[in-house]
Amino acid sequence: MQKQAVFQSRLLPLLLIAPQVAIVLVFFYWPAAQAVWQSFLLQDAFGLSTTFIWFENYQDLLRDPDYFNSVVRTFVFSAAIAVCSLSLALLFAVMADKPLRGATAYRTLMIWPYAVAPPVVGVLWVFMLNPSLGVLAQGLRNLGFDWNPLLDGNQAAALVILASVWKQISYNFLFFLAGLQAIPSSVIEAAAIDGARPVRRFWTIVFPLLSPTIFFLIVINVVYAFFDTFGIIDTMTRGGPAKATETLVYKVYLDGLLGGNLGGSAAQSVILMAIVIALTAIQFRFVERKVTY
Amino acid sequence: MADVTLRDVRKTYAGGVEAIKGVSLKVADGAFCVLVGPSGCGKSTLLRMIAGLETVTSGEVDIGGRVVNAVEPAARDIAMVFQNYALYPHMSVYNNMAYGLRNRGLARAEIEARVHEAAQILEIEALLARKPKQLSGGQRQRVAMGRAIVRHPKVFLFDEPLSNLDAKLRIAMRVEIRKLQRRLKTTAVYVTHDQLEAMTLADLLVVMNGGEVEQIGAPLEVYQKPATTFVAAFIGAPPMNLMPAAHAGPNGWADSLPPGAVVGVRPEDLMLGQDAPAGGLRLPLTVEAVEHIGAESFVYGKVSSKAAAGDDVIVRVAADATPALGTSVAVTASRDKLHLFGADGRRLAD
Repeated sequence: MQKQAVFQSRLLPLLLIAPQVAIVLVFFYWPAAQAVWQSFLLQDAFGLSTTFIWFENYQDLLRDPDYFNSVVRTFVFSAAIAVCSLSLALLFAVMADKPLRGATAYRTLMIWPYAVAPPVVGVLWVFMLNPSLGVLAQGLRNLGFDWNPLLDGNQAAALVILASVWKQISYNFLFFLAGLQAIPSSVIEAAAIDGARPVRRFWTIVFPLLSPTIFFLIVINVVYAFFDTFGIIDTMTRGGPAKATETLVYKVYLDGLLGGNLGGSAAQSVILMAIVIALTAIQFRFVERKVTY
Repeated sequence: MADVTLRDVRKTYAGGVEAIKGVSLKVADGAFCVLVGPSGCGKSTLLRMIAGLETVTSGEVDIGGRVVNAVEPAARDIAMVFQNYALYPHMSVYNNMAYGLRNRGLARAEIEARVHEAAQILEIEALLARKPKQLSGGQRQRVAMGRAIVRHPKVFLFDEPLSNLDAKLRIAMRVEIRKLQRRLKTTAVYVTHDQLEAMTLADLLVVMNGGEVEQIGAPLEVYQKPATTFVAAFIGAPPMNLMPAAHAGPNGWADSLPPGAVVGVRPEDLMLGQDAPAGGLRLPLTVEAVEHIGAESFVYGKVSSKAAAGDDVIVRVAADATPALGTSVAVTASRDKLHLFGADGRRLAD
């Protein structure tokens, strides 16, 4: 069986891939190259002169405790978001997989939040949890809980994580549900006859069979927590209070666009780019091999 | 070791569809019972009800003298072999077989002894470290069997276990399943749509149709005395020839039958030759197709007599006596080879 297409001329295949290559060149390689170039430059405060300073921007960054805090914060955020949204989504998917009445409606409702844009998610949760006009905030305060994410950094961080998790659950839910439905029912039945009770059945049969899906989603969720939470943070907390929700991506925006430190910001984005490339490489290497059974 | 008894078992689905319309059945301890029927006849549903994978709407499922309607599958002490084998894809062959024993809290040494014993019986000792996807269809089938026998269950349940194998392997495995069951003397209930498989495996053959039992009996008894026209047509390949009794022409015996009666005759009971035995059947045929299968041939003909013009008849003849295509021949059968059924499809008293 021949899977490769054979072209008569050299020109046609090049023409066919040209649009894709052009798009990637213009929208990825060019800006990426610019960012790398930019990260070696230092501009004066007025943008009048530019000096080439090699790796000084990187050195400054790595010495900056603010940057270090932001790195730690970002990893904590991603871990929290990935763990919470994965486990909740798995729980919901296991429930939705049961042959119950209304399962279809339930599944549809579970998927809806995915259609909501991140900034809208942010606004939504801000409204519910705003200390002065939020419905939920009112409830929390009635319960005697001193709720004020505008002042308390930990509460602000919790708020951002909550909204990000809520948004990501539906995406994870979709994949988990598909993964669960791909497990033949006879395998589960065989395990039931083999004397495994539901909880044991889940951990010894279902969970291992879902492991490719879980690994894929871990990578996707970490990337999401790194980058796509920008809209949520921007609408909810703008990185505050006192940098409590300033993740790496938000810091790039703050330092570069608002702070005017183009070189430093470019160095930060180059580091971020390296992190994404590493994550993608991990995904390709491990999802393909290790996790398949 | 246990017998399996079903007492007026019924299954009605939520939508009101009646899948099993009252089945009563007794499988003796150590017997091999085969449920056979066309797809959708409820045989798999019935098996799953015995396994505990489907609820019983009414009636009783009794395994070894204990009514198990409300008992979990795991507590029924049964083992099941599935059509797609249902092996645990992430576990080695060894772990596939050991899983059920571990869940029951057996000692490690005991598990190892049992798995190796089963592997030895099934000749899969060399495969114990492999994963299911590294096995061929026949090997997977053996592992599925191994997983069932390590448990030393009271009853084996088989849900079309051979239908995913190629024809040659299917026959080999069929013989092996029979030998294995004889050796272990464990009661077995086996579901298949293949009448040949059913005939060769069964001690007790249960022919099902439309959620009901058509006939229960020893395979040969069912073959020789089918209780209904459905069984007559389903058991035996090629199937029994069935035609309205009126088509058999003016005959002493045919004239005394009730209206709407049906006469049946097996392809091997029809003889080529002009002279009908007294009180028998004689049909003039035009040969339309011939299948040579070696020692014998199947002749497909159309009846050319006035009464039965256009009826299809299959005749089994010796290879050297096969008539040529397009020729006209006459086939006859003696009275004792004819099966008579009433208008309702039930066998008339002989």
